[in-house]
Amino acid sequence: MAYVAVSGGKEAIEESIRLLDYYRSGTNKDIEIEAIENKLSLLVDRVMSEAGLYAKTYAALALKQCEGSPEEAVFLLRAFRSTLTRNYYTEVVNTEDMRIVRRISAAFKDITGGQILGATYDYTHRLINFDLDQENAAELKEHMHNMLTSQTAEEIHPCPRVSDALKKEGIIDSCEENNQPPHDVTMNMLEFPSDRSARLQTLTRADTGFISGLAYSVLRGFGQVHPTVGELRCGYVELYVPYLSEIGESIYIGEIMMTEVECFNSADDKDQLKLAVGYGAVFGRNENKAISMSVIDRELDAGGPHPTQNEEFVLMHGDSLEMNGFISHLKLPHYVTFQSKLDAVRKTRG
Amino acid sequence: MLNEKPVMSIRNLLLRYGEGCPSCRGSLEKNRCAVCKTVWAVNDISLDVYPGEVLGIVGESGSGKSTLMRSLYFDFTPTSGCATLRDYKEGQKNIWDASSAERRMIKNTIMGMVYQNPILGLRMNYSAASNIAEKLIGAGSRHAGQMTLRAAELLEAVEIQTSRMCEAPKNFSGGMQQRVQISKALANRPALLLLDEVTTGLDLSVQAKVLDLIRKIKARYGMSILLVSHDLAVIRMLADRTVVMLDGKIVESGLTDQILEDPQHEYTQQLVHSLI
Amino acid sequence: MGIEHRKLTNNHYNFAFLDEGSKREIRRATLKAVAIPGYQVPFGSRELPIGRGWGTGGIQLTLSLIGPEDTLKVIDQGSDESVNAVSIKKFVGLCTQVKTTTRTHEATLIQTRHRIPEIPLTQGQILVLQVPIPEPLRIVEAREEITKQMHAEKDYAPIWLQLYESLVKYNKVTIASEYPCMVEGRYVMNPSPIPKFDNPKLHKSSCLYLFGAGREKKIYAIPPHTEVISLAFDDVPFEIESFAGQQCRLCGSGNTYLDEVFDAQTGERFHQCSDTSYCKEVVDHAQ
Repeated sequence: MAYVAVSGGKEAIEESIRLLDYYRSGTNKDIEIEAIENKLSLLVDRVMSEAGLYAKTYAALALKQCEGSPEEAVFLLRAFRSTLTRNYYTEVVNTEDMRIVRRISAAFKDITGGQILGATYDYTHRLINFDLDQENAAELKEHMHNMLTSQTAEEIHPCPRVSDALKKEGIIDSCEENNQPPHDVTMNMLEFPSDRSARLQTLTRADTGFISGLAYSVLRGFGQVHPTVGELRCGYVELYVPYLSEIGESIYIGEIMMTEVECFNSADDKDQLKLAVGYGAVFGRNENKAISMSVIDRELDAGGPHPTQNEEFVLMHGDSLEMNGFISHLKLPHYVTFQSKLDAVRKTRG
Repeated sequence: MLNEKPVMSIRNLLLRYGEGCPSCRGSLEKNRCAVCKTVWAVNDISLDVYPGEVLGIVGESGSGKSTLMRSLYFDFTPTSGCATLRDYKEGQKNIWDASSAERRMIKNTIMGMVYQNPILGLRMNYSAASNIAEKLIGAGSRHAGQMTLRAAELLEAVEIQTSRMCEAPKNFSGGMQQRVQISKALANRPALLLLDEVTTGLDLSVQAKVLDLIRKIKARYGMSILLVSHDLAVIRMLADRTVVMLDGKIVESGLTDQILEDPQHEYTQQLVHSLI
Repeated sequence: MGIEHRKLTNNHYNFAFLDEGSKREIRRATLKAVAIPGYQVPFGSRELPIGRGWGTGGIQLTLSLIGPEDTLKVIDQGSDESVNAVSIKKFVGLCTQVKTTTRTHEATLIQTRHRIPEIPLTQGQILVLQVPIPEPLRIVEAREEITKQMHAEKDYAPIWLQLYESLVKYNKVTIASEYPCMVEGRYVMNPSPIPKFDNPKLHKSSCLYLFGAGREKKIYAIPPHTEVISLAFDDVPFEIESFAGQQCRLCGSGNTYLDEVFDAQTGERFHQCSDTSYCKEVVDHAQ
């Protein structure tokens, strides 16, 4: 009788980890971090957004380490994030000052500051490009560089949001700027009813698939049906931290790419209608997630019987780390609890 | 009877939807202000319920009678006004000032409620026995055997076979669900039973059975009953005294027989006529 | 810019992984939990290199409490060798270099999932339990906002009703593990998914029990000598799992929690101790 239920765990784990390397070993070619960072940039953006850590190189490294699994990469970045001391908080970023690379409105044809189509897959035909198989990366880089330098740069001015005009008109409620320190969901437990700051933080870090599915359910009828994208802008914002020895002074520490969306919905205003705004903002070029976030933000404000209008339901179940952790824990041994369950079942059967 | 201290006293109860305006007083159409659209659902109601009596409230739908009743059971919060219970703080404290724990105690032990819609009063997926036990647990019982005995006794009183006590009310007929609700409401021998249109929507034969049952229960346990119905026939059968409500207000009140024989208000007269 | 320029290596992590500020914050929440036995203290749960749902609440407690002098034991399902126990021990070992042991009485800090060791724990020992769902009322109420209020008002009728309903239906209380208990007559607490067999060990114990739920961001505690009573009706006594007539086929114990084991070849069913280190000690002692 040599059967032992659980033992040899240590060796098994070590072998298992070695096997993981096997799955990354099928080729002589390496994939460089720089290549991941630059050529899989939408994936990098997604991972940074769900991790809540803007660090392209680390995100690329994480992706390399886990065979490109987004949830594993998010996991790695989050764990790394826990070890970092927080030295500064940046000042509030006003996205009106964004250096815009793309800006569209589905509400108005002409908007102050203009629409800029920028880069989007929306109008590509999704045909596999077989030429990419033989692409010369250096050539591509040089070609794009030459193209850009041969053109005269057009200056893009910071521009107000589409919603500003509607606010002036009174169709959208104006509100005071709220400069309270946010409820930091990475340092405190989420409480219900939640702060709006906590809600937005939770949504911006949410799993892309989860939040897109929820927003889709709203559009299909489990919610307020069809919001209009008032504005989607994508571009660079500059980050500053307060300069400790000089009150009111601050230091520029760099810029990040982000996508911001405001969606409009009609809402009750006593005996008439008004427009209400849902807000979405995420790291990187991440448009569907930003739109989904703005849809959900609005649903949560409105409240109601649908799943997307239930704060606890939405905010507690969308975190990549938490959902994947808990789902994968089902693979852990449950011998003891299952034995107990068996005992309970057997006892009722006499 | 009227010399005794009331089981419940309601004073100047007001529940409105909307803010009200200066012209509300003069410009109400039924119970709604033509100017500011405020609805005065329950408008300055005062009444007493005495020990052992059945007080009926009759009125058409929209008259505010159910809103009044459900406010008493804390389903709605009134705009202003006061209600006191003899058995809660000796009638010295307004029930709407009670904490949520006190409200639970009041609902568990002092008042029992039977809703028109059994979904509001029953846990449809729990057994009938557990529905009664819920009240007993709420009142502090931790003895399973005693609770089961009490549940059996109460179900018997409402003429439900004890062999069905382990079944969930979702499998019961409408009349049976109402009877489970009644037994649940009686679980802790409350001094006051609130019955909100309990027979509305049931077949006539079932209605008669439930009304008959309420009479038996009343004779057996002797609690006070506040009974709301749009049906004067139901009121006539059960109520000692009757209050007539119209557009959120009381338009007439008195002994039931007296109201039936000699209705004063035009609306009451219509009601009585339609009965004959 | 390559990674090397940032001077990051695999050895730069702080003692016990988390930064000192985070560890202090978790200890503060722990102190509050000890002061209010059975009450779930919310805390800013940190992300770890181990999955949420894999014991991160327990690990954060361990990391925030552990010092270089400690001796650590980690078990899962009662076993020191179980894959998850090994994985956690390896991680804590990597970032602390503390001594580890499999012997229950040698350990100062024991982290566990689903079991309390068979040997009674003593003064000075801390047992850290991993908790997936800290809220004992979750089975009757899904919304945190409501369960919080129920605890505040000591409104536990719904969970008693759940017990009663299972008596009505099955003539037995059918809750298996995670059997709720009342702590010092005040808070109903989820003892984590330990079997009912282990519930009595929580009552007036000599050691400190800490419970950590990483995903749900709660910490709670049972300090030594606290009264912990498993919920039961006056006339239906609390019942633990029974292994009547069965004994461990390795050490012969008849008073321990047993795992059922099937022999794949003969199809025979055996029982053996779930607490493997206890089992081994009994065997060693006999030899």
